Amino acid sequence: MSTVSVSHLTKKFSRIVAVDDISFSIEEGSITGFVGPNGAGKTTTIQMMLDLITPSSGNIKIFDKELHSHREEILQRMNFSSPYINLPYNLTVRENLLTFARFYGVKHPMRRIQELADFFDITSLLGMMTRSLSSGQLARVNLTKALLNSPSLLLLDEPTASLDPDIADRTRAMLRDIHTKHHITMLYTSHNMVEVEEMCDRVLFINEGKIVDDGSPRALAAKYGRRDMNEVFLTIARGNSSV
Amino acid sequence: MKLHRITAIIIRHLYLYKRSFPRLMDLLYWPALDVLLWGFISMYLGSVAGSVPNALTLFLGALILWNLLNQAQKGVSITFLEEVWARNLLNMFVTPLTVSEFLSASFLLGVIRIVIVTVVMAALSFLFYAFNLFQFGLFLIPFISLLLVFGWVLGVFTTGLILRYGSAAQVLAFGFVLLIQPFSAVFYPVSVIPESVRWIAYLVPSTYVFEGMRAVIASGIIPGSLLFGAVLSTSIFSVLSWLYFLRMFAHAKVNGALMKLD
Repeated sequence: MSTVSVSHLTKKFSRIVAVDDISFSIEEGSITGFVGPNGAGKTTTIQMMLDLITPSSGNIKIFDKELHSHREEILQRMNFSSPYINLPYNLTVRENLLTFARFYGVKHPMRRIQELADFFDITSLLGMMTRSLSSGQLARVNLTKALLNSPSLLLLDEPTASLDPDIADRTRAMLRDIHTKHHITMLYTSHNMVEVEEMCDRVLFINEGKIVDDGSPRALAAKYGRRDMNEVFLTIARGNSSV
Repeated sequence: MKLHRITAIIIRHLYLYKRSFPRLMDLLYWPALDVLLWGFISMYLGSVAGSVPNALTLFLGALILWNLLNQAQKGVSITFLEEVWARNLLNMFVTPLTVSEFLSASFLLGVIRIVIVTVVMAALSFLFYAFNLFQFGLFLIPFISLLLVFGWVLGVFTTGLILRYGSAAQVLAFGFVLLIQPFSAVFYPVSVIPESVRWIAYLVPSTYVFEGMRAVIASGIIPGSLLFGAVLSTSIFSVLSWLYFLRMFAHAKVNGALMKLD
């Protein structure tokens, strides 16, 4: 069963076509990698899936409902995390998390925050100002925020970017753990192809606004006759996609 | 509309005041300074033989009501700007928060600002100059209500301008009311305004309120025509500013500007 169904989605900014008639679906409970070079259209697609940008044409269905006409209902059940979008720096971590828990109408917000803080090991950070956190701490706080509403669908935009290998590995382990325990559907963007291989059941490859390939990391490597996803990425991004 | 999301915005902004001296100054220090300054000017004008009668009432009453309008407008546009500065618009609008809920919270934040500023100004005016704002009695209710709604209208409009023109329009969040102040006849009657531009004054809802305030001071009654003019022009501007804002919000979503504002 599909959690997300995107059909013929197009976004034009003046004469620039950022997303060009793409269609895909995401199976419930899967981790789908959304991969492509800078400017390929990943962020624009995700922002359309969050109703932050209005598509030029096409259709987005999430949880079997049209996003545009069921925005509140759908966004209540999904969440988003990106290291490039931080929480307001002039509030404490607790104040920020409480604010977002209220947005989602979380019952017993303090209890929920404490559960997640224990899981992500950020209890000692709750009273700190958000501006004083390191990148690794911010990444964990962002993920805590993204799980406050117990989402069924999580959009993760490069969740380990700017993290050192140790913290990145811990973050991936936490995400896998959450996925296993709660069966959350995840759309995962990353430029780290080792990470994509490790995390994703399936990869959607987007280039110049079009979905150019789709398959499991192993199947894609086999299809292109490459050893790993990193080589597949270079092959597709450099335009040498002939099998 | 969900109350918990409106409350979330309000509490998020009240957290900011807890530890921000400049924000507290905006609510306490500048209004207090205004009262002192205009109180002295009023006392001087009142003391000059044959000059302005009821100078203290005219100027301090007008000043407090003007600040009410100013704070209502700021409540809306500064709330939006705080989110722009914190780069928090994306975080907020990936939640189920709706635009109407965001604006409702801004309106209520405006009311909180107004209560604080009005209490400070009214108390200082009474303490230093024995001026009682409540001498206007029940007339205060329509005055305050109309200025509150008109302040919200200006706030919604300036927020629309910020959505459309980005950081270049941010200054309007602080200064837009000053653009209409000369035509609002705050401290002088409309008859003082040159005849060629007096029609502008009659377009602005606040003009009717301040003319009404002077009518109450002079005769103890507020002419129905002034009240009607204020209600009519406020209603028209409410509809126009709401439509403009919705159009600009939709425009920002079409061109991706909502995420790029800073």
